Amino acid sequence: MGMKTIYLLIPLLPLFAAVVVGLFGRKLPRSTAHVLTIAAVAVSFGLSVGVLLDILKGAAPPFNDTIYTWLTSGNIRFEVGFLIDQLSAMMMVVVTFVSLMVHIYTIGYMRDDPGYSRFFSYISLFTFSMLMLVMSNNFMQLFFGWEAVGLVSYLLIGFWFKRPTAIYANLKAFLVNRVGDFGFLLGIGLILYCFESLDYASVFLVAPQFTDVTVTLIPGLEWSLLTVICILLFIGAMGKSAQVPLHVWLPDSMEGPTPISALIHAATMVTAGIFMVARMSPLYELSTTALSFVLVIGAITALLMAFLGIIQNDIKRVVAYSTLSQLGYMTVALGVSAYSAAIFHLMTHAFFKALLFLGAGSVIIAMHHDQDLRRMGGLRKYLPVTYITAVIGSLALAGIPPFAGFFSKDAIIEAVGVSHTPGAGLAYFAVMAGVFVTAFYSFRLLFLAFHGKERFGHAHEEHHDDDHSDDHDDEHHGLAPGEKPRESPWVVTLPLILLAIPSVIAGLLYIKPMLFGSFFGNAITVRPEHDVLQHIGTEFHGWFEFMLHGMMQLPFWLAIAGIASAWYLYLVRPDFPAAIQAQFHRIYRVLDNKYYFDAFYVKFFAGGARCVGNLLWKIGDVQIIDGFVNGLAHSIGRFAGEIRRLQSGLIYHYAFAMIIGALALLTWFMAR
Amino acid sequence: MFESHIISLSIWVPIVAGVFVLVLGSDSRPTLTRWLALFGSIAGFIATLPLYTHFDMSNGGFQMQETYAWIPVFSINYHLGVDGIAVPLILLTSFTTMIVVIAGWEVIQKRVAQYMAAFLIMSGLMIGVFSALDGILFYMFWEAMLIPMFLVIGVWGGPNRVYATIKFFLYTLLGSLLMLVAFIYLYHQTHSFEIIDFHALPLSLTAQMLIFGAFFMAFAVKIPMWPVHTWLPDAHVEAPTGGSVVLAAIMLKLGAYGFLRYAMPIAPDAAQELAMPMIVLSLIAVVYIAFVALVQQDMKKLIAYSSISHMGFVTLGLFIFNPLGMEGGIVQMISHGFVSGALFLCVGVLYDRVHSRQIADYGGVVNTMPVFAAFAVLFAMANAGLPGTSGFVGEFMVILGAIQANFWYGFCAAITLILGAAYTLWMVKRVYFGGVTHKHVAELLDLNKREFLILAVLAVLVIGFGVYPQPITEMTHATVNQLLQHLALSKIPGGAP
Repeated sequence: MGMKTIYLLIPLLPLFAAVVVGLFGRKLPRSTAHVLTIAAVAVSFGLSVGVLLDILKGAAPPFNDTIYTWLTSGNIRFEVGFLIDQLSAMMMVVVTFVSLMVHIYTIGYMRDDPGYSRFFSYISLFTFSMLMLVMSNNFMQLFFGWEAVGLVSYLLIGFWFKRPTAIYANLKAFLVNRVGDFGFLLGIGLILYCFESLDYASVFLVAPQFTDVTVTLIPGLEWSLLTVICILLFIGAMGKSAQVPLHVWLPDSMEGPTPISALIHAATMVTAGIFMVARMSPLYELSTTALSFVLVIGAITALLMAFLGIIQNDIKRVVAYSTLSQLGYMTVALGVSAYSAAIFHLMTHAFFKALLFLGAGSVIIAMHHDQDLRRMGGLRKYLPVTYITAVIGSLALAGIPPFAGFFSKDAIIEAVGVSHTPGAGLAYFAVMAGVFVTAFYSFRLLFLAFHGKERFGHAHEEHHDDDHSDDHDDEHHGLAPGEKPRESPWVVTLPLILLAIPSVIAGLLYIKPMLFGSFFGNAITVRPEHDVLQHIGTEFHGWFEFMLHGMMQLPFWLAIAGIASAWYLYLVRPDFPAAIQAQFHRIYRVLDNKYYFDAFYVKFFAGGARCVGNLLWKIGDVQIIDGFVNGLAHSIGRFAGEIRRLQSGLIYHYAFAMIIGALALLTWFMAR
Repeated sequence: MFESHIISLSIWVPIVAGVFVLVLGSDSRPTLTRWLALFGSIAGFIATLPLYTHFDMSNGGFQMQETYAWIPVFSINYHLGVDGIAVPLILLTSFTTMIVVIAGWEVIQKRVAQYMAAFLIMSGLMIGVFSALDGILFYMFWEAMLIPMFLVIGVWGGPNRVYATIKFFLYTLLGSLLMLVAFIYLYHQTHSFEIIDFHALPLSLTAQMLIFGAFFMAFAVKIPMWPVHTWLPDAHVEAPTGGSVVLAAIMLKLGAYGFLRYAMPIAPDAAQELAMPMIVLSLIAVVYIAFVALVQQDMKKLIAYSSISHMGFVTLGLFIFNPLGMEGGIVQMISHGFVSGALFLCVGVLYDRVHSRQIADYGGVVNTMPVFAAFAVLFAMANAGLPGTSGFVGEFMVILGAIQANFWYGFCAAITLILGAAYTLWMVKRVYFGGVTHKHVAELLDLNKREFLILAVLAVLVIGFGVYPQPITEMTHATVNQLLQHLALSKIPGGAP
């Protein structure tokens, strides 16, 4: 079997499973759905690991070849092809691994759902799309995968299509992403225009010759071409990776079932933007302005979104805001040219954030689909596996050594500290402050859910749990009075354990090769004057020293302080948070309204578009154009009516007209 | 015998079949009538297949030509021929006719024979438009094809059909009269009605401008371009499902085809001079109409406006004068044929059951019609230009082509990425998703086998051309290159001004 066949099999197996289960799922037994899709993803995962090992060993050189020609037009060829190097191979492993875990987990989570096989079909389709995205060797296919993951995200957020909130959220997600894609497509268009190719390799090859080329899009304003391209592409990344101000869709995407929140809205799809910028590092390196833009957007996202995590009471939304904030960290890393640090954090984050989401899902199962933290508490006794894995996940998220998140996050902070990219100062403050906030909300969640008094089992008024199996719509089921939560079945806890392992060790194992070694080979380009990681690398003497060094630095103590404050406020003095909230109600209101982004968008963009539409329709089309057309028809009709009166049918009228006519003619001849 | 009359057969097989249906079919024997019509439409489709198999991809000129003297006094010939632009459109026409016959199967109960015959005859006439190489022959087909459509809307249409048909008829008729004047002028210059002679005729810029203007009136109404578009939503709303499908899938393309075959090559200098206004009108269609589509309450009106917006891409692609744009425009025509046809069929499926086209009368259709909803979401996504569907290909090519011409053209065109998704998916949300809100929705039955068949075939095509559009552009390459070369050469006597 040639390598090309293997590369083809990796995405095609999940696609095949998705199509079979999607088309025939309703006729096949339920077990077929998960057996088939899991087998496909498992094989893909195995092959991906093999591919990565081969590439890291140097046994297989990076692969860059065309699969088929999609379209030719003029002298431009659009092709579907694969670029398999260290970066894409690593992404393939992460994607298939998390996907495999989520597939297994879904057996337990969606056990009673009527859309069981549909769900498996969707997540396999997602795996295919995401693999096509990361394996692409050209911009066209990148856009393909980019939109395809958006489609699956749309379908999965709206999976419970009876819920008004779900179908609102999926439309919103799709449209906000389309705003990003709008920029992305324009960026691709400019690339084609300037480089006359959409192939990564050819574009990267000639891009350095374009550093001095400028474009004048608005008369009088001259911009560097590469800056324009990079910023347009990054607008796409802002949509997909939920950066401010295009972040509004991600919290609402939590309307989807929890497994996809883990897979799509935490571990993989939302990191597509990060991956894309890292993949385009040869372009971004040529524009400091674009990097600066990336950096500032990332810094704003990292800090602002972290604050919102503090006040959420829905367990999934806390994790969602933490995802937003962590995506901000990755973006900051991109902005200071520490691409490998961004990808490193992407990887560790994929593990521990998938773990946290799936853990939250396990809690949600135990609570009978009640997601409100205020009705939890003391769960650690009942859910020991979930609890321990959640602690691991939270420690990794908060950046406590030796957990994976510590290494990747600390590397980012240090990289920002030594960077000279404009905006690095602001970013440094943001990521530093973010550490405290992150640790605080992570442990707030942990303490509220697993520690303290048991607050569940108080049935609320509208409570009814009899229709749980056929109706997932009711958001708050909750436990009946006296009912005790139970640990989830093994299909749920096994993925938690398997994700907990890399959440502990992935950081210390890979920090050296990924950040300071040759893990990424030539897949990532950094110009020497931007190379902050090299700068840090001179002081790097192994992961253990890095850890010891880190424990004497400010971020570590900020994290500890965050955990301590959470402990004090939510376990020692649980009455304090309400008092603080009352004291700072103005700030609270701003946070509770998510800085009014959503309200503004609904009013200005959604309302505005409808207003414009109505104006153009009622005034433009109906009154002006049709008014003119109908008016013309009417006036012709009226004119014809007037003329018709001449034909009265009365002989003396005609005779009179004839005489007048004859006289007039005669007069004219005489007068001539 | 067959080899040398491929095009004639494509035209006359469906027309003869239509006459047979008229003669043999009647309301007392509806089953026979329907099978006869189906057989006729399949025969018509098979008759067009040799156009593809005999087509020489490397030849950009007219192929499979047939010439007979028709009215020698005025040197009017029965002259047919096809090139890489006509063949895909002819195949689309004969294919769509089959779909329309099946779609009307038990839906049409009164005057079955006349209904089916109208579509068969219309199919032949439209193929005639796509393959005529003589001005008068073209004009005959062009006008004749209006009659069956006029009848389809007027007889089987909705309550306000009289207003709609008259608006439709007058708009298109007024436009085409000026085209006839242009043809007569050209005849006086060349003493021939041969299109190829028209193409070669040197003309002053003023003459070209006038000719282009005359053709513009005929073709812009047909496409329709803003601001002569308002007949289309009315016609669609009143037309029966089959009428809407043919109108959207094929008739609109006749206008764009007219630009490619007549207005642009006959008056290339005028086309270059007027490119800017044409592009502006196209972009207005893309953006303005998308906003209008957003606020429609009637599903058919929404799709009709969406059609106008998508046709804006076609005209935009034609007038940016690069291969990417022009081929993108042609691909968009074919894709829009499938997608808009499918969308109108979807509305038809709902209308047949509930007898309402109002979005507000639906909600949660997916609960009772899951298979149908899956198709509807697929076609909606294709309409929103999702990669992997045919709807993406043309838009992508035109946007990339437009950026080559001017960044801001591409910018305005790309707004459709947002607005197109907004109006399509908002409709999907309100019609298909959510809980069941009306009693009549709760009683809906999912697709029957006949409906499933036509939607499945269209779905396969939409995805197939999305994943592998190369077969379409392979056919158009040589012709588009030749056309662009022709357009680049000035026809003004004494060279370019």
